[in-house]
Amino acid sequence: MIARDLDWKPLALVPLLALLVLPLIGSPSTWLTLTVAGLAMGMIIFIIASGLTLVFGLMDVLNFGHGVFIALGAFVATSVLGAMGDWTGSHELWRNLVAVLPAMVVAMLVAGAVGLAFERFIVRPVYGQHLKQILITMGGMIIGEELIKVIWGPQQIPLPLPEGMRGALLVGDAAIEKYRLVAVAVGLLVFGLLAWTLSRTKVGLLIRAGVQDREMVEALGYRIRRLFVGVFVAGSALAGLGGVMWGLYQQNVVPQMGAQVNVLIFIVIIIGGLGSTGGALIGALLVGLMANYTGFLVPKVALFSNIALMVAVLLWRPQGVYPVANR
Amino acid sequence: MSTTHLLELKGVHTHIGAYHILHGVDLAVPKGQLTMLLGRNGAGKTTTLRTIMGLWQASQGQITFAGKDITALHTPQIAGLNIAYVPENMGIFADLTVKENLLLAARKASHAGQMDPARLEWIFKLFPAVEKFWNHPAGKLSGGQKQMVAVARAIVEPRDLLIVDEPSKGLAPAIINNMIEAFDQLKKSGVSILLVEQNIHFAKRLGDTVAVMDNGRVVHAGRMADLAADEALQQSLLGLSL
Repeated sequence: MIARDLDWKPLALVPLLALLVLPLIGSPSTWLTLTVAGLAMGMIIFIIASGLTLVFGLMDVLNFGHGVFIALGAFVATSVLGAMGDWTGSHELWRNLVAVLPAMVVAMLVAGAVGLAFERFIVRPVYGQHLKQILITMGGMIIGEELIKVIWGPQQIPLPLPEGMRGALLVGDAAIEKYRLVAVAVGLLVFGLLAWTLSRTKVGLLIRAGVQDREMVEALGYRIRRLFVGVFVAGSALAGLGGVMWGLYQQNVVPQMGAQVNVLIFIVIIIGGLGSTGGALIGALLVGLMANYTGFLVPKVALFSNIALMVAVLLWRPQGVYPVANR
Repeated sequence: MSTTHLLELKGVHTHIGAYHILHGVDLAVPKGQLTMLLGRNGAGKTTTLRTIMGLWQASQGQITFAGKDITALHTPQIAGLNIAYVPENMGIFADLTVKENLLLAARKASHAGQMDPARLEWIFKLFPAVEKFWNHPAGKLSGGQKQMVAVARAIVEPRDLLIVDEPSKGLAPAIINNMIEAFDQLKKSGVSILLVEQNIHFAKRLGDTVAVMDNGRVVHAGRMADLAADEALQQSLLGLSL
């Protein structure tokens, strides 16, 4: 796509929000700390939401059970990292990364495998039936949470950051937590891979086309359901990865964590435009920033602020910042 | 099945929800010819095309293509038999570029460089707008340009049958003439074409054979030239004169 066709207005929302709150916060160092925290939170939410928005876009499936993959990923990470205490306890960052990397990979594999079964037995029987999709996928999440309790127990489990990722870097007077920088880096990596896949590969092209008009993709000779299963599994795996990131961000995990994050994810994909990954990134960054800014400025409205943000965006663009054509 | 008929529908019925749309359609598309499917609005033309493509399942009857029963096949399987379909709304992927739209239809190519350059040159000559707007989002094009992209996409690889639903719909007369010339070239390339049209000028210029539908049935089938020459028949079938 040529540059003049790019809709830049939604892109400007993120820096605009950050600059608007600067005078309200007052201290530039506090603003920088909050902004990096917001971007890190936004990147983690994006990792989780990117798969869900494609799942909705491709097959019109409302998966309210997406949260179970988040919790599953986080709990798998507690087991993997727990078994690698020598590596997570090291002060050397490379040894920490060697521990975190397999935790992420295993979490993605487990979440992806469970996603495959979830699609086959829970989602597939209710294609095209939104009300049933909402009910059965929520039911699937409840069952998933209970199974997590059976395996790992019902209590909160600590997921401490590896030693090398703890603490903060000082940029002037601003303290930037190291892990937040790691989260931003991982988020950018995932976004880069996703953007490359969607724009430079035939599979990515098919996904983008399928989000716009799945019937036409079938008329061109492609089996959209196979594509959907692949996207569902990849989306589940990404949610598992997001669960690891979120668990480390919170430094503890509970079986209900998926349901807690679910609300934020749906706000993100609605703000972004259902089916739009670029929109999901902008929505996630806005939600992350808004949560951190309001948490600092007016903590009592922190929960409400993201819903207000969604309402404001929808008043501006009723189908989200990047509405998908033909939907 | 007659060996000269590439596509044949026998007694095809289609239900959409509670509605019974096709009431036993009999239709034959001869190999290497352009068959016009005419009829008033609501006669069942689009439903017939969608049923052939498996987008709506026939509830009764049989559809054969090159001697193979395709009645129960799914849409991707039908398309995989070398049948290209251009729907009434053109089915353009608006957020993709013209190049990406064509690349999707080139099933053997995984990137633009693998598309047949000679065939692309031929397509660019048929539809200069396709080359001109190659890297532009297809959604930004005019209606006529989108229609050209839709037809170009359908022929980006050689196909045995081209099914097109109202290619002249909403187009300016000058664009319609371009489209007629393009289909004339396509006919000469030997591809079989089934074309739904409301534009009589279009039908008269291009059609080899014709089928006229009314109330979910084919009520007349024969040579286009014969129908064009018989004003009384046109009046009774279509309510107008060619």
